[in-house]
Amino acid sequence: MAAQTTGDITDALMADSVWTDADLDAHGIPRWSVPFVTIGGGIGSFAMVDALRVAGVDPSAMLVLSDLDAPTETYEHLATNSQIPDHERLRSDSGSVLDCLWGWPGYALREAITKRRPGPVWQVATEPILSEYFTPQAGQVYQSVHREAARIGWHTMLRKGVVRTVRKRAGGDYFVLFTPEPGTAPTKRVAIHARFVHLAVGYPGVRFLPDLQAYRETYDDYRSVVNAYEPHNHVYEEMLRRPTTVLVRGSGIVASRVLQRIIDDREQHGAQTQIIHLFRSYPQGWQGDSRMFRRPSRRGWTYQAFNFPKASWGGQLRYQLEGLEGEERVAFIDAVGGTNTAPRRDWQRQLEEGARDGFYTQALGTVDAVEPAKGSTRVATTIRTPTDGIGVLEADFILDATGLEAEIEEHRVLRDLLEHGGAGRNVKGRLDVERNFEVRGTAHGDGRMYASGSITLGGYYAGVDSFLGLQHAALQIQGALASQGFSRRLGALRSTSQWLKWARNVAP
Amino acid sequence: MTPTLSGRIQSRLVLVAIVGIPIAVVLGLILPRPTETTTLGDMYRVFFVALALVAIVGLVWELIWHGLQQFRWEKDWPTLFGLVTGVPEGIVVWLLLRAGVPIDVGDVDGSTFVIMFAITWIAIWLVANGPLQVVFIRWRFQGGRFF
Ligand SMILES: Cc1cc2nc3c(=O)[nH]c(=O)nc-3n(C[C@H](O)[C@H](O)[C@H](O)COP(=O)(O)OP(=O)(O)OC[C@H]3O[C@@H](n4cnc5c(N)ncnc54)[C@H](O)[C@@H]3O)c2cc1C
Repeated sequence: MAAQTTGDITDALMADSVWTDADLDAHGIPRWSVPFVTIGGGIGSFAMVDALRVAGVDPSAMLVLSDLDAPTETYEHLATNSQIPDHERLRSDSGSVLDCLWGWPGYALREAITKRRPGPVWQVATEPILSEYFTPQAGQVYQSVHREAARIGWHTMLRKGVVRTVRKRAGGDYFVLFTPEPGTAPTKRVAIHARFVHLAVGYPGVRFLPDLQAYRETYDDYRSVVNAYEPHNHVYEEMLRRPTTVLVRGSGIVASRVLQRIIDDREQHGAQTQIIHLFRSYPQGWQGDSRMFRRPSRRGWTYQAFNFPKASWGGQLRYQLEGLEGEERVAFIDAVGGTNTAPRRDWQRQLEEGARDGFYTQALGTVDAVEPAKGSTRVATTIRTPTDGIGVLEADFILDATGLEAEIEEHRVLRDLLEHGGAGRNVKGRLDVERNFEVRGTAHGDGRMYASGSITLGGYYAGVDSFLGLQHAALQIQGALASQGFSRRLGALRSTSQWLKWARNVAP
Repeated sequence: MTPTLSGRIQSRLVLVAIVGIPIAVVLGLILPRPTETTTLGDMYRVFFVALALVAIVGLVWELIWHGLQQFRWEKDWPTLFGLVTGVPEGIVVWLLLRAGVPIDVGDVDGSTFVIMFAITWIAIWLVANGPLQVVFIRWRFQGGRFF
């Protein structure tokens, strides 16, 4: 390979699936060496590093490569946009405690202690029989993660920048090609030689409904048609200024949240907003095939407390799914997951009142066209109803709350792994991982690669994209690493002594 | 909690052993004796036979509870259920003790039994709802199994 010392990659280097140390030297790309690297630096990386720190790994043996300063940053951004401010409650239970791998004390007990009132403890002890499931406030989650990040030395492991690719290294292990933040390294790229690589890159991207994307591009209108995950406060501001009509699409948790926001503004700030809620399918009655396997649907919404039934995280449904392959696995994940929202009484009350008072109406159909309305500044959505009728819905704004996720190959690192790293796709088209979250087909000599988060949905675990699921993955991976000599086993003694350190907020 | 059937059985046996036994030992020493002739041995005979019944008859109960759990979409076992199942279980243990099953433990004082059973049950319930996870970090991810 032609000797170049620019500190950057070349097409010739990128064409090679396996890199040698000499290749990198020839390109003038410095090589760092560290046993363990996690890519992403969000909540999945945090759970992973936390587990390894608790299992006795020194911070000097790990690097976190990320574009974020704090592990909750991307989460906070998406949560805030989708109308979960700090005081609102999330959609996971008291025991899904991000900053405490043990899950105890949970968020409910801690909230009761901080606020000096027994309510949260009563709620968690009687959920979901006498009260709704307890869920923590967003702000509590962020604060406690920051405390734990400081305790485990997160910032000493963090290197800010963007990972470009991961390639196998001749002789074993991997090179993680990293573009550090400008000014933090002498060259544009750095190659990190690591034996263990953990991928926790979050969502490969947020995808728009195709008809809405087409509208935005054709008419260059990014104001009237918005996605609930992107900043769209101007919509709510406009709704306060004048009476408007908004068309909401989607019937999952994000749709519930934006509807709450719109109706809260009506109730508390006098907004005059009319809501049209468009459904593509309209479930009613029980979903499921037997008395022992069914969940309720009402007026187009399918209800369950969390994005999967609780036992998916660590009960009988977890084990049931671990035994399924192929189409059976897809069918099971869809049956227990799919589009659903939480049966919160305040949300149901708002929608019932809205239907009664006429400001919330529902429509059912598939979208034929989205275009500017004739003779006004509105957007017209032409739908085909189930009886093949045609309807036109005019609105000032369209809010896409469908929460579609992009394909994994839209992420450069993942696409590269499919092409060069031996990784494959699972039955849902995402990254194929083992039950212990090792990425199938990527083992290389002593090197092992693992992945957690939404990119692994379709594998043997349903709740991959959740706090508890990311902690489960972290413990599974930690167990696999311990059997390869990296980190200690988390037996009863170590677990207890580490918990005591956690409780006193001293370093692991 | 989201127990599996084997997790239920394992958790019951472990909790009876690590929480139930120490509590029975302490309660035998501190609870007032029902009659002047009651010895510590008499107290312990009742307590430990009761614990053994909780462990062994409990295996049947777990089959029932697990069966009922199948009617729940979440396939979980709400915290409250873990507490109130103590009532039917306690009644059955009481009836068996009175009937001399599996062995005759002599006269059983009602209030001593209620205090002993309630304290033990609540202690097990409290430990199962948190502190146990401190020691067994993977327990909650594996349906309450230890092995
Ligand atoms: C609105 C919303 C609400 C949610 N609410 C809950 C809830 O209540 N309870 C629950 O349990 N779960 C919830 N989740 C699900 C889940 O817990 C979060 O999605 C969580 O953030 C996932 O963590 P992650 O590490 O996979 O991704 P993230 O936290 O998004 O972190 C991934 C990071 O990797 C970075 N990255 C990607 N590629 C590269 C690269 N090449 N180089 C460097 N960095 C890179 C990304 O920029 C990103 O910052 C929610 C999700 C959303 C979107």
